Amino acid sequence: MRRDTAAGENSKQNVPEQVPDEQRREFLKIGLIVTGFFAGGTLISLVSNARQLFPPGAFRQEYPYKPHYAMIMRQDRCIGCERCVDACVAANHVPDYGWRTLVMEREAPKAVGQKREFIPILCNQCNNPPCVRTCPTKATFKDKTNGIIIMNDKKCIGCKSCMIACPYNARYYNEEKGAIDKCDFCLEVNLSKGKKTTACVEACPADVRIFGDLSDPGDSVYKMVHQLQRPVWVMREQAGAAPNVFYTKG
Amino acid sequence: MWEAMDIKAAYRRVLSGGPVYHAFVLLFALLLVVGISAGIHALFIAGSRHAYGTTREIPLAILISTYIFFAVASTGLCIVSSIGHVFGVRDFMPIARRAVLLSIITILSGFLVIGLEIENPFRMAVYNVLSPNLTSNIWWMGTLYSIFLILMSIEFVFLMLHRHDVSAKTGLLGVISDVAAISVLGGIFGMLQGREFWYGPYLQLYLVASAVVTGCAFILFFVILAHRINRTAIDAPTGRALEVVSKLAVLMLVVVMFFTVWKMLTAAVGGPANREAFSAVISGPFAFKFWVFEITGGLVLPFVLLLLSGGKKIRQMFVAATVMIFSIFFTRLDMVVVGQIVPLYLELGVKEFAGLHTYTPSLHEILVVLGGFGFCGLAFLLGEKIFDGFQEPHGHREDDETATDAVRVEETS
Repeated sequence: MRRDTAAGENSKQNVPEQVPDEQRREFLKIGLIVTGFFAGGTLISLVSNARQLFPPGAFRQEYPYKPHYAMIMRQDRCIGCERCVDACVAANHVPDYGWRTLVMEREAPKAVGQKREFIPILCNQCNNPPCVRTCPTKATFKDKTNGIIIMNDKKCIGCKSCMIACPYNARYYNEEKGAIDKCDFCLEVNLSKGKKTTACVEACPADVRIFGDLSDPGDSVYKMVHQLQRPVWVMREQAGAAPNVFYTKG
Repeated sequence: MWEAMDIKAAYRRVLSGGPVYHAFVLLFALLLVVGISAGIHALFIAGSRHAYGTTREIPLAILISTYIFFAVASTGLCIVSSIGHVFGVRDFMPIARRAVLLSIITILSGFLVIGLEIENPFRMAVYNVLSPNLTSNIWWMGTLYSIFLILMSIEFVFLMLHRHDVSAKTGLLGVISDVAAISVLGGIFGMLQGREFWYGPYLQLYLVASAVVTGCAFILFFVILAHRINRTAIDAPTGRALEVVSKLAVLMLVVVMFFTVWKMLTAAVGGPANREAFSAVISGPFAFKFWVFEITGGLVLPFVLLLLSGGKKIRQMFVAATVMIFSIFFTRLDMVVVGQIVPLYLELGVKEFAGLHTYTPSLHEILVVLGGFGFCGLAFLLGEKIFDGFQEPHGHREDDETATDAVRVEETS
């Protein structure tokens, strides 16, 4: 006990006498960012969000698509109303046995304050998509213009190898289509018809989902992914798929 | 050969098979018809979502594992038979023709089962050719096994014609395509970075080693059974072949044991998904199948039985082979299913994916699997009679001929 006190006194002596509160807050914030932030099950160090999420040699600075569509979730805003899911079902005629987007719920009984949170998921439109690599007939592929992973239904043989390859459980077999179905960022029902966003984004009352162009420095998705103040992460980064759906809090 | 291929004579031999033989022919034919009907009903009438036990979370299950079972057996039969008629080891030669035919039969059985698993088999035939994806393991596997089937068919014909120069060359190409195919098959699972339990070079190598074990088991089982069906005694060269095959099986069982032990030890200290899968296999819902089938029936018991048999006690070897084949089937099932039981979002601790995924085969799936075995059994039984138990006409024996041919192969090489 005495040793603790002595150590405390020593450490007090080493602290600079006057550190302005603002500087201290900034320092703590950087410390938090640099040392990592546990969120969504992924521990990542955020010296630079973009550098972490797109490793050297990937698409960090030059995004290969124009527009390079991406989505960022402000996860702590999600209230679990599932209007996004309903809107997706309605817009894309998703059958009751499948889903293109889902809102998962996590309970944390020991947490201080809020005891549960919601985590929306959908196809991550990966830059290094295992589903595209594994499809034997090129029935699923990345759109050369915007990088969205889409399906050519008539080529789908229904081997379901893309379903096991996907690290995000984002695919299911659609009986009516006779092919695998997945989120296409509403390319077919919205973007190809001149609309600028997705059905789930439009329906969200809490502005959880932000959809935009990662190749445009003026776009809000670009700004949120490339800033340093808030942690940004991706789901299951270890799967190496380089996803284009990001998550943040705060 | 041509006498054996005489259709009328072959037909007479089938008819003279006896009541037990006919009962099994009918049984296997019935299983085949019911299996195909069940598959067609599942895919084109009821819908696989209703008829098969697969789900979004476990989309590949017993039909794929059965396909792998047959494909691995086919590869093993090809490798083991090639030791004799391709690489010139005389002791293996008496089993060559039967093993090559069995290799063809087993890969066709596998194709039958996977054909009833894939949702759009007709599109597969078209777009595998018109729109190939050269980065896809599935595409390479299908292509290599198709090439393999053609090569093995050519090899078989020339083996029956005693043209060992041609059969040895096609056999060599067959082995190369086959080992490549089985390795690529392992890569379908091993190259999925998002599936921790499968990811890595393990399966690509393990399946090759396991194929040799399976091939040995099939040879022991079917050669001994064939002599029973044909009511012939096992002659000395065939007995010697069975002895070396059983010794090869013992050796490769040790190799597979090493693979299995290291796989499980690595899983035990892996990431959360690996550890979950490890627990499920060691002490969870897959423990019975793992300890009883994969370890005891698939490895330890046949190892002990074959070792004790010294390659000479036929009954003991037959029991070992039977237990092995039965157990390996369940080993393949678990290999496929266990890789999918851990939810991809388990680490998040979300309600939707809180526990392990479960899978139970449906009646349709079981019938399709039995259909595959029906085809395999039926083709084997008919093959034995059509090719007259692979005996040589005109009084000269297969092993004499193959031994002479071996010398010929050695001379030419």
